[in-house]
Amino acid sequence: MGLHKFALAASAALFAAGAQAEGLKVGMITTLSGGGAGLGIDVRDGFMLAVEQSGRSDLEVVIEDDQRKPDVAVQLADKMIQSEKVDVLTGIIWSNLAMAVVPASVAQGKFYLSPNAGPSPLAGKGCHENYFNVAWQNDNLHEAAGAYANSADLKNSFILAPNYPAGKDALTGYKRFYEGELAGEIYTKLGQTDYASEIAQIRASGADSVYFFLPGGMGISFLKQYADSGVDLPVVGPAFSFDQGILQAVGAAALGVKNTSQWSKDIDNATNTAFVESFEAKYGRLPSLYASQGFDTANLLISAMGKADVADQDAFRSALQAAEFDSTRGDFAFGPNNHPIQDIYVREVVQEGDVFTNKIVSVGLKNHSDAYAADCKM
Amino acid sequence: MSWILLIEQTLNGLQFGVMLFLMAAGLTLIFGVMGLINLAHGSLYMVGAFAAAAVAAATGSFVLALVASLVAAAFAGVLIEVLVIRRLYDRDHLDQVLATFALILIFSEGTRWAFGSFPLFLDRPEYLAGTVTLPFGIEYSKYRLSLIGIGLLVAAGLFWMIMRTRIGIRIRAGENDREMIGALGVDISLLYTLIFALGAALAGFAGALIGAIQSVQVGMGEPVLILAFVVIVIGGIGSIKGALIGAVLVGLTDTLGRFLLPQIFGLVMTPSAATSVGSSLASMSIYILMAGVLLVRPKGLFGGA
Amino acid sequence: MTKETLLNAVLLCLLLAVPLIAWVSDEPFIITLTTRAVIFAIAGIGLNFALGFGGLVSLGHAVFFGIGGYVMGILAYHAQTYTPLMEWPFAVEGTKSMLIVWPVAVVVSGLAALAIGALSLRTTGVYFIMITLAFGQMLYYFTISWSTYGGEDGLSIYVRNTFPGLNTMDPIQFFAICYVLLLIVLIGVHCAARSSFGLMLRAAKQNEERVQAVGQGPYRLYLIAFTISGAITGLAGALFADLNRFVSPTMLSWHTSGEIMVFVILGGVGRVFGPVAGAALFILLEHSLGGLSEYWHIYLGAILLGVVLFARGGLYGLLAGREVAHD
Repeated sequence: MGLHKFALAASAALFAAGAQAEGLKVGMITTLSGGGAGLGIDVRDGFMLAVEQSGRSDLEVVIEDDQRKPDVAVQLADKMIQSEKVDVLTGIIWSNLAMAVVPASVAQGKFYLSPNAGPSPLAGKGCHENYFNVAWQNDNLHEAAGAYANSADLKNSFILAPNYPAGKDALTGYKRFYEGELAGEIYTKLGQTDYASEIAQIRASGADSVYFFLPGGMGISFLKQYADSGVDLPVVGPAFSFDQGILQAVGAAALGVKNTSQWSKDIDNATNTAFVESFEAKYGRLPSLYASQGFDTANLLISAMGKADVADQDAFRSALQAAEFDSTRGDFAFGPNNHPIQDIYVREVVQEGDVFTNKIVSVGLKNHSDAYAADCKM
Repeated sequence: MSWILLIEQTLNGLQFGVMLFLMAAGLTLIFGVMGLINLAHGSLYMVGAFAAAAVAAATGSFVLALVASLVAAAFAGVLIEVLVIRRLYDRDHLDQVLATFALILIFSEGTRWAFGSFPLFLDRPEYLAGTVTLPFGIEYSKYRLSLIGIGLLVAAGLFWMIMRTRIGIRIRAGENDREMIGALGVDISLLYTLIFALGAALAGFAGALIGAIQSVQVGMGEPVLILAFVVIVIGGIGSIKGALIGAVLVGLTDTLGRFLLPQIFGLVMTPSAATSVGSSLASMSIYILMAGVLLVRPKGLFGGA
Repeated sequence: MTKETLLNAVLLCLLLAVPLIAWVSDEPFIITLTTRAVIFAIAGIGLNFALGFGGLVSLGHAVFFGIGGYVMGILAYHAQTYTPLMEWPFAVEGTKSMLIVWPVAVVVSGLAALAIGALSLRTTGVYFIMITLAFGQMLYYFTISWSTYGGEDGLSIYVRNTFPGLNTMDPIQFFAICYVLLLIVLIGVHCAARSSFGLMLRAAKQNEERVQAVGQGPYRLYLIAFTISGAITGLAGALFADLNRFVSPTMLSWHTSGEIMVFVILGGVGRVFGPVAGAALFILLEHSLGGLSEYWHIYLGAILLGVVLFARGGLYGLLAGREVAHD
């Protein structure tokens, strides 16, 4: 490369920096290949649907696949910040990847909007003014499940989750609200697919109900084996094992199971109805809660763009904090730690025609915040 | 802890073990006769499960789904044997590990490309739903009991085939001396393809049987593959008998470890610490078992000289 | 100058030129990418020491990579939270100085390699491959459930460790550190391969009885080689954790072991510079194929398959011809 080209490249970079104030560039790092790809694809599709509907030409989105590997996610974040020069980052699905990317990104003055993961350190001591969680704090759905167990008069739960941080948070979240006794508490191996041993222990424990957090394939396996075991205690879980992408693989084994979610396709408001319709029309499948989170994340961003220029960080931050957008969840607001304050519903798995889906049966927790907000000093 | 629970857990361990045997039998045969390490064996397991799910969705018949799993996995096996594996028999283990690692990448993403990123649905047939009551009042899943039966039948069939049939004699001859049987006029490349197809079919069959009570998804073969390797290494590579005993040993260690270890630690620790330490140790238990066996017998329990 | 030496020189110059050009044209991400290649190269050189020179096919080298990473992560974690690492029998504080982190990473991963090697080397062939894989899985599951240091979430370090006189957060300066370390490791391995130990090791790979006749048990030779190999890979792990400012159990997964092996094979087994070429090629492929399609693993698999089947010497075999016999 000659000196001439150097000069050209340098001036191009300068020019780009000068032109940046015009629009807004979003970097989306999400999982699009490998085992957990379904979740990332839903977030991306929901997000892009909102971008398309907004019709804004000054909003550019760069999408990259993290392969669910933390080191790849870190590398992509570096790329987004250093060479793509994005203003806002979003997209990460998994807590461990978020923990790898978020602290460094916000420290470099970028905004991060989380469409899925909400690890507790980022809600408490490690909170940051540029980090906004548009989904939930990880414990939220489990807390609602604990509250539901009280209202359903369950007094002796058997609880299980994989032996990793999100699993421990899940059971802690459940116990935070649940007031009954514990018939048993088991940590399973991460990625485990055979639950015969655990189900036998449930049968022998004299429990009156089961609470489990087993995301992805683990939950499919557990539910199928549980339905076949002859144990017929009521089962409660968070929405992750009952989202639209997974339910068809579980089939009838999931019918009647209660699960907690901040979103459901039958939440009755105009935004949600329009979202479900347009998502189905565009992609040919029903949206999942992940898709709704992607959609809300994009709309939050677009609402802030309407009020402030991203170059003016303080104004843009206040615009985000105000959260004045039409959420698919109805009422939505940010707490002092930039995490959602929202209703969390109890849903039941039902069959509509030959499609398995969820319908709301009650509200588990109203205007629920999280347990870590008090630790957050911004 | 009751005896009934212990017996039930032992049955669970046995069921897990015989399913591992279906995977391990093919691996150990392929290694014993052709001297090949096949990391892509887990992909054949996945192929079987996906074929079964697709056929079950189209026809609604579980038996047809099982047939499809056998055919599809055997076909995929023949395909990769002819295109790739055949060139690896004379190579060192390093080349084999890498080439079959590459096959895993191709199979996994290829399946995702063909079937999408979401898990598929496959269910046990209605007539095997629910539970049966065994002696001593043990309530046990009908499907799992059938799995134990099917697994033991396949094992018996394999032993019969190897001990009593012509092809079995050739397989045993091939294990002992590869050049010799070629010299005796046996079409060696056809024999190799056949053995590979048999191993693949068994893996696919296991995938379909297990897929009915687990999740049919991309990457489902890898954890099973590693376990199957642990099995054949414990049993002694190349030995069908070793594979059977190793499989049952691994099945029991894993199931009983998960069940008993937290309780044992519970005697000396607080419940939550015991659950945590116990389950951490349980997830490592089979690898500890394997390391232990290899330290005492570096060629596995039934490994040759 | 043989063709291979020429190729080595070109490779080192390219690795230096790319980030320099990127630095001048203000493309810091290219520097980060090259740094990644350099670190992977060190990890590959480590594995190649056991695999290429000693013929020890280890499918568990991610363990040492991960241990190096966790040494860095744990020391830095205690330093940034101002908590002592241990108080008994004597107080040890965490640290953020690279000059302390590296030797500790090398020693700890070397000791781990010594222990794992001492047990695993009792077996040979496929059993060796599988027992190294088993140790890998054991430690992988251990780190996932090790909640003190984040379990599966891993540990985040907010700023890179320090090196006297340099700003390590500046991509080009951190690259320089890694590059110099790569050179040191290359020189070290080159000398070791030429030493009487290295010759004995290669001889053992070809013919065990011959070495035994000279009075050197191959077990001891292999064990030393495996320990050195683990220590080098551990150093790479510490650098990798520093590059990402993050460490997690993924570093110990068997896929990582497979990838380190891929660097070695792509470049050329048994060549001192092979892993350098392999790692650079891998990063290049990952970067260019990733943009091509969501299903880029299919292409990666096909290329890998092609190399194993048709280009056995890897990149070096293709460009520099067959390996020259060392006398």
